[in-house]
Amino acid sequence: MSNVQRSGVKTRTRNFQQITAGWNVVINLIAGLFAFLCVFPFLFVAIISFTDEKTLATDGYRIIPAKWSLGAYRYVFQTGDMLLRSYGVTILVTVIGTIVSLVMISLYAYAISRRSFAYRRFFSLYAVFTMLFSGGMIPTYIVVTQLLHLKNSIWALILPLAMNAFYVMILRTFYQTSVPEAIIESGKIDGAGEFLIFLRLVLPLSLPGLATIGLFSTLGYWNDWFNALLYIDDPNKVPLQSMLMRIESSMQFIQQNSANSPISLAVLQSLPQDTARMAMVVLATVPIIFAYPFFQRYFVQGLTVGSVKE
Amino acid sequence: MIGSFLRGLRRNQAMLLMVLPGAVWFLCFSYLPLVGTVAAFKQYRFSRRGFLYSLLHSQNVGWDNFKFLFSTDTAWIITRNTLLYNIAFIFLGLVCSVAMAILLSELTNKKMAKVYQTGMFLPYFLSWVIVGYFAFSFLSMDRGLLNHMLSAFGAKPLQWYSNPAYWPYILVFVYLWKSVGYSSVVYLASILGIDRSLYEAAMIDGASKWQQVRSITIPLLKPIVIIMTLLAVGKIFYADFGLFYEVPRDSGTLYSVTNVIDTYVYRGLKTTGEIGMSTAAGLYQSVVGFVLVMISNYVVRRIDKDSALF
Repeated sequence: MSNVQRSGVKTRTRNFQQITAGWNVVINLIAGLFAFLCVFPFLFVAIISFTDEKTLATDGYRIIPAKWSLGAYRYVFQTGDMLLRSYGVTILVTVIGTIVSLVMISLYAYAISRRSFAYRRFFSLYAVFTMLFSGGMIPTYIVVTQLLHLKNSIWALILPLAMNAFYVMILRTFYQTSVPEAIIESGKIDGAGEFLIFLRLVLPLSLPGLATIGLFSTLGYWNDWFNALLYIDDPNKVPLQSMLMRIESSMQFIQQNSANSPISLAVLQSLPQDTARMAMVVLATVPIIFAYPFFQRYFVQGLTVGSVKE
Repeated sequence: MIGSFLRGLRRNQAMLLMVLPGAVWFLCFSYLPLVGTVAAFKQYRFSRRGFLYSLLHSQNVGWDNFKFLFSTDTAWIITRNTLLYNIAFIFLGLVCSVAMAILLSELTNKKMAKVYQTGMFLPYFLSWVIVGYFAFSFLSMDRGLLNHMLSAFGAKPLQWYSNPAYWPYILVFVYLWKSVGYSSVVYLASILGIDRSLYEAAMIDGASKWQQVRSITIPLLKPIVIIMTLLAVGKIFYADFGLFYEVPRDSGTLYSVTNVIDTYVYRGLKTTGEIGMSTAAGLYQSVVGFVLVMISNYVVRRIDKDSALF
């Protein structure tokens, strides 16, 4: 209580900070510990990847290994064509996918955000219904493989994630709240067509919303392994996450599909298997680790925008 | 009649063009699979002649797939697992992330709060494949950190990946680890949006910090808590495939506690080949899921109209 009264006299910002120094330490400890717990597994896997393979065999995974080594990375980059190819597939899918989904989602959301569009209720419902009821995994699989014939096609990694009713609704709300009707009207008076109005007047105003959706979709594509699990058998079209999954139990997948290393069984056993796997995990995660702090703000925005209704 | 319809189309031409790509996508990936659910009533066989041919030429078996499904223990196990895990996730997730958001909002040093928040947000950006590797570095039988620590204390190493008893705890822990940071960010954003003068007024009236949290922060968080919980309850019949498939490394001895509807359907498609029964399970999931979404939305509508989904 005395603390409240004392701080009451001081500046405004101090006013609201009435937790005591002791509590502040406790809260710092709890939050800091949890934050550390969230980051630690990545650090640990990174440490494992820099451990000497033989040390690993005798000691297991240690936080401070007895002997460090760059062997895993040397090996990964030597037989790296497989890793590179997977990186390539993931980057290609992510770039094309994000563009395709941004175009589709932004156009759809814009149309149903316009009051002058006579069928907006129908198309809103048409999208919302897909959030409520879905045919499920197997009917979708049947349609994708037997009707669209996308099995082992790169499009099987792109199209299933391209559209999302939830993002459509987020973006629709965004247009409705941040693009004034008057701007669209002024475009009409100047004689611009609907597409021109969308491109010249609406898009520039909705960049923050588009950035949010674009980042969600980039993350979705980068981290996707499920579609590859369902649709991709061709080792040349395996994206990064899916490759990590395929080497979970052995590095065989890499060795079989690497042009650089026709390896005999004896050699195979002496290779840095465990550390190399962890090195690949690190290499697949590093881009995200370095990128996400910069984009964090947009993800928070997206998460909170989603809860704002029209 | 037809004339006015055509005129309507012409007048909305530009908007219709805008929704076209998305509408075609929804048709292919959401509505056509609904047609595919008839496979649940058939003894479905894949044929080279395509979707329609397979569908028309598979033998009709009526409700047999459902009868078989519900005559086994599996239907009960996967339903129980899906529901119980999701209930635990919703409840514990809510408590932990609201608590974490309140703690973060009370920290004196806003820079540190930002740092903690960034650390906690990391797991949200990682795929389940990566998380699976993280878990393995702790749980591996012969090399994992946990067994290493156990033996340091003189205890026997545990067979993490073959004893079902540990997995309910591990899965709940991993789920919270991945999601608490992200959902606390959502709650934190709305805590920071609360009008500061409310706290000021409470302080002048001599309310303690705890009283302020209980009678200002938590009541004002209620709308967003209701929305988030509603969204989760609507999806209570859907499990996070990656968590239940990747983290336990698809270990067969763990199926009694890790098999959920989604993993069952997947295995029916890819390993056991029971297409009809899996599709039946998927349809069962969709129908019950749909009913749950409608009910929970109706309930929320009665309580607070603005928080409802639609």
